[in-house]
Amino acid sequence: MIENRPFLKILAHLVLILGVATVAFPIWIAFVAATHDEDRMSQIPLPLLPGSHFWENLDIALNQGLWGGDGTGVAFMLMNSMIMALMIAFGKITISLMSAFAIVYFKFPFRMGFFWLIFITLMLPVEVRILPTFEVVANLGMLNTYWGLTIPLIASATATFMFRQVFLTIPDELLEAARIDGAGPLRFFKDILIPMSQTNIAALFVILFIYGWNQYLWPLLVTTDQDMYTIVVQIKSMLESAEQAPEWNLIMMTTLLAMLPPVVVVIFMQRLFVKGLTETEK
Amino acid sequence: MASVALENIQKTYPNGFKAIHGVDVDIQDGEFLVLVGPSGCGKSTLLRMIAGLEPVTEGVMGIGGRKVNKLEPSERDIAMVFQNYALYPHMTVYNNMAYGLKIKGLPKSEIEERVKNAASILELTDEQLTRKPRELSGGQRQRVAMGRAIVRKPSVFLFDEPLSNLDAKLRVQMRMEIKRLQDDLGITSIYVTHDQVEAMTLGHRLMVLNNGEVEQLGTPLELYEHPASLFVAGFIGSPAMNMITSKISSDGKTIHIADDIELALENGGSADHTNRDVILGVRPEHLELASGSDDALPMTVTVVEHLGAETLVHGHFGNDMTDLTIRKSGILQVKAGDILPTKIRQDHIHLFDPTTEKRINL
Repeated sequence: MIENRPFLKILAHLVLILGVATVAFPIWIAFVAATHDEDRMSQIPLPLLPGSHFWENLDIALNQGLWGGDGTGVAFMLMNSMIMALMIAFGKITISLMSAFAIVYFKFPFRMGFFWLIFITLMLPVEVRILPTFEVVANLGMLNTYWGLTIPLIASATATFMFRQVFLTIPDELLEAARIDGAGPLRFFKDILIPMSQTNIAALFVILFIYGWNQYLWPLLVTTDQDMYTIVVQIKSMLESAEQAPEWNLIMMTTLLAMLPPVVVVIFMQRLFVKGLTETEK
Repeated sequence: MASVALENIQKTYPNGFKAIHGVDVDIQDGEFLVLVGPSGCGKSTLLRMIAGLEPVTEGVMGIGGRKVNKLEPSERDIAMVFQNYALYPHMTVYNNMAYGLKIKGLPKSEIEERVKNAASILELTDEQLTRKPRELSGGQRQRVAMGRAIVRKPSVFLFDEPLSNLDAKLRVQMRMEIKRLQDDLGITSIYVTHDQVEAMTLGHRLMVLNNGEVEQLGTPLELYEHPASLFVAGFIGSPAMNMITSKISSDGKTIHIADDIELALENGGSADHTNRDVILGVRPEHLELASGSDDALPMTVTVVEHLGAETLVHGHFGNDMTDLTIRKSGILQVKAGDILPTKIRQDHIHLFDPTTEKRINL
């Protein structure tokens, strides 16, 4: 900074604080709502300070569920979401690593054609091809299974493209040195390419985990059995209890629970994430 | 240890570009051959063909009496040092050197012994072996790259401009180390460079390449004293050889240089070459200051460069504006505009045909 006037400094901080508040306020409201009981949440005005029912709400949300509880709660849905997000993240990374490897390092007929075929799937997200995809999944008998939840979401043009760019920055001499050392294609892939793309894999993992965790439309379609619900689907269905007023304290508690895993992933992988997106030294 | 034999080696790229037009050479066991030439002359391509990184379009490539045209690089019993070192950035120095041996499936103890041995030859400490390549200086990385080649105990070393990423001082030092290493290990080596000083100091023999063709193959001094073509004459030696467009007289005994300057040819010239245009080449050190003034050639000085150990005087003869260089050891006090009496050492002139650019032997 060349300018050093206190007024500008204060203004800058004000803008920043305003931004933080805008982002944080809804989360604060969710937290506050999760700490009150049902009665308080049905009165107006809504509370702005935390109440004393946090642990109670947590217990109900996790273990009993809504309306006196069917005894199931949302704990298993957290597990479903976790399994789905992990399968999507690992599946996408594995597939795109391999397809990028094939496209960058092997010469085969219509190589660029295949690359563009993969690339144009960017224009066909699940939402666009939802009917045929549902048909295929249903015919394969994968409704209400983890495979049905994840496989249609795994193919990823973005990740393939990203790994392609990463591999293109790796100097050809490394491949040649490896060839002279006697490493075949798979060894080169395992011993050199994957370790060298580690930070990119980590960055991608964070993005894809959150992408998988936040899936709503697809799980809503392929899961009819409550055992296979993901937590994001559950939040929505909690709002749709036709006869009763929504139990905001429990809904917000569930929302908090649903936010937690992505936050944990981001916090723990933050360093790798930043490195993976910014580091260029090879 | 092995000899390397190239027989009519050619390279044509799929787009039709012909990079190498038939190279024949027998490299003896233990020999140090330097491939030298300007960038784009095909020297690196040739080296990569020997390594097996580039397919051979035509010809027979033999290493140690074995035809290797179709063999993978790892099966050719060679090791290569790359210009940018090509060290695996995520592996420690030790693992960089050991990687090829691990793939070969050598026992751990043997690998350790070979790496330690190479490290001691190259004066890499145990502490440095545990570091990553990026934590090393350029010179140290260069040593690791050579270590990776040494541990393989190859029959042939291939060097692809290994010193061009180093600073000048380190380059001189590493040049000597490579020379010493090659002498000690006695491994056949092929070395690519565009630096003629490196080529002259390192090679037992030099192969000068230009546009994919071999201009000349010979020992450094052969190339220096008897360049086979204008290209070699201009490429080897620094500062470059003086080239003067001249004409041999009709009796073939003298050569007309500029204005009214005539130079008698050694041994009275030759009856085969009379009345023709030639290019006269004289190395800067063979253009000398004349003591007497009778037969001196007057050179007009344009620029004087004082290098301390020697002085380079640039100038031209009379109205002929061809730039000439005199190299005189020690310090010479002259300035631009002076006219120096010079003489050409007749026993050290080179004549070239202006059209074929080949050497004319009298």
